Amino acid sequence: MTDTATPMRHVPDRLHGRAYRTLRSWEALLLAVAIGIFILNSFASPYFLDPWNLSDATFNFTEKAMIAFAMALLIISGEIDLSVASIIALSSTAMGLAAQYGAETPVLVLIGLSIGLLCGAFNAVFVTILGLPSIVVTIGTMSLFRGISYIILGDSSFQGYPSSFAWFGQGYIYWVFTVEMLLFALIAIAYYVLLHRTNFGRAVYAIGNNPTGALFSGIRVRRVKFTLFLLTGLMSGVAAVCLTSRLGSTRPSIASGMELEVVTMVVLGGVNILGGSGTIPGVVIAAFVMGLVTFGLGLLNVPGIVMSIVIGLLLIGVIALPRLWTLVANRRKA
Amino acid sequence: MSIITKALTSAAMAAALFVAPAQAADNVRIALVVKALGIGFFEAAAKGAEEAAEELGNVEVIYTGPTDTTAEGQIEVINALIAQRVDAIAISANDTDALVPALKRAMQRGITVISWDSGVAPEGRQMHLNPSSNPLIGNMIVKLAADHLPDGGDVAVLSATTTSTNQNIWIEEMTKVLGDYPGINVVATVYGDDLADKSYREATGLMQSYPDLDAIIAPTSVGIVAAAQAVVDAGKVGKVNVTGLGLPSEMAGAIESGASKSFAIWNPIDLGYSATMLAYELSQNGAETGEGAEIPMGRMGSLTLDEKNEGAMADPFVYDASNIEDFKEIF
Repeated sequence: MTDTATPMRHVPDRLHGRAYRTLRSWEALLLAVAIGIFILNSFASPYFLDPWNLSDATFNFTEKAMIAFAMALLIISGEIDLSVASIIALSSTAMGLAAQYGAETPVLVLIGLSIGLLCGAFNAVFVTILGLPSIVVTIGTMSLFRGISYIILGDSSFQGYPSSFAWFGQGYIYWVFTVEMLLFALIAIAYYVLLHRTNFGRAVYAIGNNPTGALFSGIRVRRVKFTLFLLTGLMSGVAAVCLTSRLGSTRPSIASGMELEVVTMVVLGGVNILGGSGTIPGVVIAAFVMGLVTFGLGLLNVPGIVMSIVIGLLLIGVIALPRLWTLVANRRKA
Repeated sequence: MSIITKALTSAAMAAALFVAPAQAADNVRIALVVKALGIGFFEAAAKGAEEAAEELGNVEVIYTGPTDTTAEGQIEVINALIAQRVDAIAISANDTDALVPALKRAMQRGITVISWDSGVAPEGRQMHLNPSSNPLIGNMIVKLAADHLPDGGDVAVLSATTTSTNQNIWIEEMTKVLGDYPGINVVATVYGDDLADKSYREATGLMQSYPDLDAIIAPTSVGIVAAAQAVVDAGKVGKVNVTGLGLPSEMAGAIESGASKSFAIWNPIDLGYSATMLAYELSQNGAETGEGAEIPMGRMGSLTLDEKNEGAMADPFVYDASNIEDFKEIF
């Protein structure tokens, strides 16, 4: 994607300016796609441009995006966590269990977040201390965490959450702006600062590009990765609070399949699945793209199966386009 | 090629995927929301809904649902339906309670909401359509056995577990109406725990303990298949008739071998048809819900609601050699 990929004989007389690079960036491409989809949706369905409908549509991605930010950092560092949806299930089950014993909202939230952190720590121990590959560990914990939920719940469900608990997933801050939107924005800003404005963020990139090099540069690779797994667990806990609050009930099948949607969002956002590069703004735009596409197709009553095909094509298309473009451009210059 | 061309290419690609189906403007739009797409039972229900739509004339059925049987997936679908201001939503729910907030919002915006097959808590819907009722099922399972025993005979029940709520209620209801079937003696009730091997052993045991046994009633889809196999293996086809509740796809072999002359289960086509008719009546013809209310549902007669605004559609549908071929592909 970068200009260094051009053949040696092509020597540019000056490097491209900042504005040009921004325009050529992944984020710009994604933003164009997002705007395109927005415009198409407005034409395709008369119901699209309604503030309340758009507000409802944000629920399609806010919870997933919260996890996607933490997952982006984890993937940039060269690791992955496939157990996030199962962490939601376990965390939600724990909250449901506590609610049966009359726990109040603050306690429930605390339990939800703590279980998320604990699950994250569990993954982290196996990956960073025992040195096992994260994909294997988290495929294991994906079954483990959800399995515990199934043992506790079977085919029953937990309800009876206190009414104040509904605020997180069903509350509105002002007019059409939901509590989840606010959380989404705050978390996005926090992760932007963490990844792009702190030493910790630089360390994450360094580890993803060259773990050995990072280690010899004095970066505490294991500690950074441990923290990233904790953060991913914590974000899954936050998502569990939101989702449980929105549904008002817990079943062991809650959030099933969500881990792949989260990873899709991250990759669509321009994060290199092999680690080393990616940005938070990219993930934010990708969240909107996925939300807009699923809601737009939903308005046209496109069946969910076709919707997954569209998301798949979108992912492959957006990833393949810049690569194809580079190939074509190089051939022309050669 | 600039960024603009690139964006245009992507937009064109997206456009190709967004071709809107033509929507007739004045049609009544009824959404049939199912647990997940790609399940034979629900595809059959959609067929029934289309049949109702054709009969009504000005109805467009939107058959939709998530890809996984999750409540979140159904909520996304419901949100999209609310946004389109459909006239009615008829849903088979993945979660009794989780859909209530979303469906309440639909009702606040003037959309008729009913549940069918798998219900929603009363505050999240106007009424619920059960495929059948416990008394009707209890009566049907003994009737199936009695129909093939004009001179009476000995029958045994092969149930699921001793604590299976549904089966216990059905057997209780069956016992209540036994008087209507003179000559039918229930000689034993055994439990196969809804495990294929245990049900098989229990059925074999029944035939050994009661050599004159004429029928085995298994009101469970696992037990009925196992019992049919046990009858075939014991060489008692024609002597012992296996009946009860089963799935056509699993029972086709037993019907073919003659181990089972007939069995029953709900008919998904009728269910989808009735749900669509009811949704239409409530949203277009001003039908009221409430205890004792009677709502017409086309060729299926009418539905009477109880104090929880629930109603039972009909007797379980009987499957035998005459129709098994058509239904075994469906579910």
